Amino acid sequence: MGAALPETAPSRLFLSGNEAVALAVRDAGCRVAAAYPGTPATEILEELSRFPDLYTEWSVNEKVSLEVALGASMVGARAFCAMKHVGLNVAADALMTMTVTGTEGGLVIAVADDVGMSSSQNEQDSRFWARFAHLPLFEPADAQESYDMAREAFAVSERFRCPAIVRMTTRICHVKGRVVPAEREAHEPAGFVKDPQRWVMVPGHAKPRVALMYEREEALRASAQQSPFNVLVEGGDRRIGFVTSGPAYMHVRETFPDAPVFKLGQSYPLPLERLRAFAAGVDQLLVVEETEPLVESELRAAGIACAGKDVLPRVGELSPDRLRPAVARLRGEEVPASAQPRLVPQQVFPRPPTMCVACPHLGIYYTLAQLRNLTISGDIGCYTLGAGHPWNALDTCISMGASMGVALGMDKGRGPADAKKAVIAVIGDSTFMHMGMQGLLDITWNRGNVTVLLLDNRAVGMTGGQDNPGTGRDIHGESAQRVDFAKLCEALGVKKERIHTLDPYELPTLFKTLRDEIKVPEPSVIITDRPCVLIDDYKPTQPYKVIADKCTGCANCIDVGCPAIHVTRRETQVKPSGKEVELAFVRIETSACTGCGLCVQPCAPEAIVHALPEHPVKFLHAKI
Amino acid sequence: MTITNIAVCGIGGQGVMTATEILAEAALSLGFDVKKTEVAGMSQRGGVVTSHLRFGPQVLSPQIMPGEADLLVGFEAAEALRWAHMLKPGGVALVNQGRFVPPVVTIGLYDYPEDPIAEMRRLGLAVFDFDASALAMQLGNIRLGNTVMLGAMSDRLPFPADVLRKAVLDRFGTRKPELLELNREAFELGRAAVAQPAPAQAIA
Repeated sequence: MGAALPETAPSRLFLSGNEAVALAVRDAGCRVAAAYPGTPATEILEELSRFPDLYTEWSVNEKVSLEVALGASMVGARAFCAMKHVGLNVAADALMTMTVTGTEGGLVIAVADDVGMSSSQNEQDSRFWARFAHLPLFEPADAQESYDMAREAFAVSERFRCPAIVRMTTRICHVKGRVVPAEREAHEPAGFVKDPQRWVMVPGHAKPRVALMYEREEALRASAQQSPFNVLVEGGDRRIGFVTSGPAYMHVRETFPDAPVFKLGQSYPLPLERLRAFAAGVDQLLVVEETEPLVESELRAAGIACAGKDVLPRVGELSPDRLRPAVARLRGEEVPASAQPRLVPQQVFPRPPTMCVACPHLGIYYTLAQLRNLTISGDIGCYTLGAGHPWNALDTCISMGASMGVALGMDKGRGPADAKKAVIAVIGDSTFMHMGMQGLLDITWNRGNVTVLLLDNRAVGMTGGQDNPGTGRDIHGESAQRVDFAKLCEALGVKKERIHTLDPYELPTLFKTLRDEIKVPEPSVIITDRPCVLIDDYKPTQPYKVIADKCTGCANCIDVGCPAIHVTRRETQVKPSGKEVELAFVRIETSACTGCGLCVQPCAPEAIVHALPEHPVKFLHAKI
Repeated sequence: MTITNIAVCGIGGQGVMTATEILAEAALSLGFDVKKTEVAGMSQRGGVVTSHLRFGPQVLSPQIMPGEADLLVGFEAAEALRWAHMLKPGGVALVNQGRFVPPVVTIGLYDYPEDPIAEMRRLGLAVFDFDASALAMQLGNIRLGNTVMLGAMSDRLPFPADVLRKAVLDRFGTRKPELLELNREAFELGRAAVAQPAPAQAIA
């Protein structure tokens, strides 16, 4: 995260796409901005929250954030919301009707697609939503354009009285470049005008408005022809003309500097007639777009011949090293060998993300891994990592809150093969409030036999520890109403005696409670109550060390999965029975240990003891 | 003048992104066009972090392609080996000898390379290695490791080391005077560490 943006923007800033959008939203006189954290879009609201000029909030989910923005727009304020690609799936219900009502104050939605899937459960192309909802769409190619297009999106939103979508990708959100901001503008809300024909969407009111929506789309189509963001970049090598948008534009220009390029900045509705003229002036047209062949299909439907995903990869980013061979194939050339011999990537162990040292989730997954005959329905968050080694204790991960419904479906759908297995659902505090509560209600109402583990670590952990209604703090860290999870679960229909709040560092209690609750054929909720180790609520305690002479190599502590535990040597021991046992002797990286004590509990020979108090330090210090 | 490509790699929590940010500030202060990109998916959880910095008269794509980095800076030994192919043939690598062993190695699923730095040399790369943590601890503060790494880079840039030093001190040294002095020393320790094995060569 960058430092707070200065109040008065200097002439030269070095900003990420996310920071640039935040600055543009502030400079546009936006009054209300809302979001639920989600990579790669999280920093937009984080940056906005530092400005005193506007109201910002973390909303409980993306649908609510969009509805908050709509309400602000209805009273005439400029409004904004940001989300990751899957967030717009959640918000789509609201989106598909607010395109019918239209908006008053400019309403801009920034949606960030995780092209390349660095931190998401799928790869999807949010440009579909603009087509589905008949809305204007902007696709910035760098931070400067993120700023410029977010500003223009407010103007377009107000001109056409509909939401405008700014579609980002990871390679825009997290890339820094120089940004020159434009002048700030003030925007006063005009006030709410009661107009049931417009704002109360019952069938009789909606029918005429749907017709208006299509009229608006035609007007947008005409204006896209003149959009200053749809630009023809001349080039002398007319063998291939490129039609491209977003970060792919930069890759195309980098790789083929002499080729003519039609750059789509306001990419829906398409400026079809200009594209037709462009196509006429080149031998072949190649559409380079991430990730779905949307422009390509629309060009073909308009009778404009082009190549696209028939030669380019369908998945991931269209970086120069992927463009070069595809374009060579299209030209019927040999795939160009690089000018100089290159090194091949070396085989190195994978380094998947892991849970942190002393993470309260470690005890949960250690315990789940000890129990047999469980089916564990998982959810979205740090605890999804429980699917990995050494725990292998998470069986599904689909979408926010899905652990609940999936668990109930597993319970209701199971046949003899699963009759003896207990169904567990694992969900974090923020995910529970985002979309999990309704699932739990469904479980209790429909008498599901599911044991829910509600891992309350008082943070949206995976995205960087943002606050949520369970932390007792708002987006500014100010004191706020705090949800009582036990009461909430009780209100949702879980019997009081089936709700347990416990310390995830106390393994025996956790084990016993879990074992008892899975035997009870009705919904139970086990709430764990220790904070994420990356937030201020977490207080490190005295670290541990291993007495080497006492370590028997049993490796029980390794099963906890804490990254501070390291193997010093391995041995194969032959037992008197003739059975071979693999031993692993360990040490604890005391400088990384924060004293949670999880590894101490399974250590039979009591080889793990407190080390002298030391100041905990970071990874750079760690050695084999 | 062409574009300079610097690839920085390490693991989450080591300060890879901050170091690249400071490098970017230095390039910006000279009026270069600069782009900086990183992929750090879930990196806060000890995953791989890479950060690319490109600067020159005009930078289009923010990404450095394999075989096109002028300089590779490895905050962790095995990570430097993982990204060695980013370097152009004959490119220069500055590598911290520090190792961070992930749980997949601890539990015995994979091996940590015996000597990742020697493997890089076998690939024909010019590798300058040093122990950034030990140098930082000489000054009594492990957190100075980042500044040590930046000092190590400072004589291999197409601009004077003073420019980077100023960017480092502007970032780390403004709060307390004693931090200013410590960072200055850490910077020089890093600089000296890579000056010893071979004379410094600036990339251009």
